[in-house]
Amino acid sequence: MTDATQSGPMLAADGTPLKKSLARSLRRRKLRALALIAPLLLFVLLSFVVPIVSMLFRSVENGIVAQTLPLTVVELQNWDAESGELPDEALYAAFTKDMIAAIEAKEHTKLGTRLNYEQTGMSSMFRKSGRKIKRLDPEADAPFKEKLIEIHDGWGDVDTWRVIKTHAVPITNGYFLNAVDMRRTPEGAQAQPEDKRILIKLFGRTLFMSLIITGSCILLAYPISYLLANLPMRVSNMLMILVLLPFWTSLLVRTSAWKVMLQQQGVINETLVWLGLVADDARLVIINNQFGTIIAMTHILLPFMILPMYSVMQTIPPYYTRAAKSMGATNWTTFWRIYFPQSIPGIGAGSILVFILAIGYYITPEIVGGTKGVFISNRIAYHISSSLNWGLAAALGTILLAVVLLLYWCYDKIVGIDNVKLG
Amino acid sequence: MSNDAAFVEFQHVQKSYDGEILVVKDLNLSMPKGEFLTMLGPSGSGKTTCLMMLAGFETATHGEIMLDGRPINNIPPHKRGIGMVFQNYALFPHMTVAENLSFPLEVRKIGKDEREEKVRRALDMVQMGAFGSRRPAQLSGGQQQRIALARALVFEPELVLMDEPLGALDKQLREHMQFEITRLAHELGITTVYVTHDQTEALTMSDRVAVFDDGRIQQLAPPDLLYEEPENSFVAQFIGENNTLEGVVKSINGDECVVALDDGSEIDAKPVNVHAAGDRTKVSIRPERVEFNKDRLHADAHTLKATVKEFIYMGDVFRFRLSVAGNDDFIIKTRNAPDAIKLSPGQEVEIGWLARDCRALDA
Repeated sequence: MTDATQSGPMLAADGTPLKKSLARSLRRRKLRALALIAPLLLFVLLSFVVPIVSMLFRSVENGIVAQTLPLTVVELQNWDAESGELPDEALYAAFTKDMIAAIEAKEHTKLGTRLNYEQTGMSSMFRKSGRKIKRLDPEADAPFKEKLIEIHDGWGDVDTWRVIKTHAVPITNGYFLNAVDMRRTPEGAQAQPEDKRILIKLFGRTLFMSLIITGSCILLAYPISYLLANLPMRVSNMLMILVLLPFWTSLLVRTSAWKVMLQQQGVINETLVWLGLVADDARLVIINNQFGTIIAMTHILLPFMILPMYSVMQTIPPYYTRAAKSMGATNWTTFWRIYFPQSIPGIGAGSILVFILAIGYYITPEIVGGTKGVFISNRIAYHISSSLNWGLAAALGTILLAVVLLLYWCYDKIVGIDNVKLG
Repeated sequence: MSNDAAFVEFQHVQKSYDGEILVVKDLNLSMPKGEFLTMLGPSGSGKTTCLMMLAGFETATHGEIMLDGRPINNIPPHKRGIGMVFQNYALFPHMTVAENLSFPLEVRKIGKDEREEKVRRALDMVQMGAFGSRRPAQLSGGQQQRIALARALVFEPELVLMDEPLGALDKQLREHMQFEITRLAHELGITTVYVTHDQTEALTMSDRVAVFDDGRIQQLAPPDLLYEEPENSFVAQFIGENNTLEGVVKSINGDECVVALDDGSEIDAKPVNVHAAGDRTKVSIRPERVEFNKDRLHADAHTLKATVKEFIYMGDVFRFRLSVAGNDDFIIKTRNAPDAIKLSPGQEVEIGWLARDCRALDA
């Protein structure tokens, strides 16, 4: 009874509060644990977190206009873009000064490339004008308005200045607007012209095809996993090696093999023609389209579905099915009511794995997808390595990441992430 | 072998898994309706295989199994209508307790109202009425056991099989459940086949016990006969505590015989499994039937000299370990009564017994 009447916090033997005493004794252990993971933490931070964050930042970062043309940007504030009239001499003078400095530092072509994303022709305009503006003297050659228009009539176009003014902001939503088939204009966000709208469609296709791939993986993997989990150890190990064999083969080799199989002069078509099932002039088109991508990716991602399914099914003891049968359930009822519900965590884990891998897949669609079967990741790769529009690539990547996280969240709400077992 | 009253019948049943070794060798067994029969034996003796053949999860390699006069070898398990309780309960983890109980009724296409009524009654029967909405994982071992029992009984099968159902429970709970299961079985008049390797369970619960060893039934008898009149040395050893002395039959005289032990001394015994003088034998005597109070023995009874090795105090009984005729593990027990004699280690005593308590069995 004396314990119950004691008020205030519990005290340790030496009179310090018990909580404090406990925290002190745990601190040492925590520090040691931290020291053990420190190298990995550092590595992950430098090689994973920092690049990703900097890449994500590129999707909104737009300092290039203000940095390259600082004076011009200030002067542009005073110009009313809606007036339909060209800016005055002061702006042209500022622009010339900025350009001379930029040409000195070889920055003007970069700016041209950046603005070219927004309006085609800008890149060549900056490059061509550059050579001539270099020869101008910022003091002696004033006024510049006429001279510039003479150098390139683009400088006499109101639209040119409007584009520069619109994209002069250091943080922009322009890339994200582009990523969803819109663009930033002086009048606000507007839809892209019809012929330039491809990204939304591509996102939709990526999601849709990933779903189909996940679905076909479930259908193919379920019976195999069941067999693996229920056969005697020796046989199932043998089969497991067959499942893992493709897993250990290079991704490129497997994808190229599909190319050999699926093309019009390929193994499948040749066989069908030889068997007379398909006319020689009506060979099946099963590559360079969505069908090819789905087949090849289902094959490549299948082990990612089989492994979690197998490890979950292995933990379902056989006495559940026996119990169900002893109670009068037929084989089908036993499977559907007893076995299947217990295997759902495996399906869940496999589906998440396959779907998330599929949604960001790049090599396989690139090789067997042609133009109709490519994914959003192929577009991202294009912007990273060919068009060099990293801002747009980053925006697309950010959206993809957000979509995956959103789906993960939905999945957690519907199925519950606790129901996912990887083994 | 055929018996009109037989409800469950095994006729010359054999079972082999690999085609080389017989796990069950020529099993014959017949049990009437309403009986509680226990299959008792060490692991690997074939008792569980027999149960699985009866349930339909294993097929007999040879022979016929009859249920209520019908051969059931070709009937799949789900059509046999046999209730079963598994060792690890096998409660479906993704269903609530009530759904678990409802499952056998659903597959029998019983209407919802009737189903709920039966589930409620079955839960009340095992005193678990308040637990219908719980998941099996939220229950203790004993509670899960009750649910498993209720689930096996809820569809009112005439035959219930239990495969070591109490194996995972602690001792106190196990004793309580033993009582509970026998009570239910008798109240509901169900025929029960119970498999266990725990002899106490077998003795306390069953109408009859079939002792299995080496794929055969060694003895099939009510518990008291099994304990008091084992028919061979395996049963004598397996059931209860037992003292064994080895020797050769010297003479047989009707219900009594004299056995010459290996050290030359002679004892009285009842010939059970020996047929003629000169047969080798193992004699079996229960610890509580050994007498060291000379007044209680026949005047002409053979006695043996014994040295007390150890005294073990067990509360209600005294237990002594003696060295008798070369056997250092000869145990005797005596009740802790006011007049009980306490022997101390090192003491020499003369022990003897009534000839009918000492059974000369196969060697």
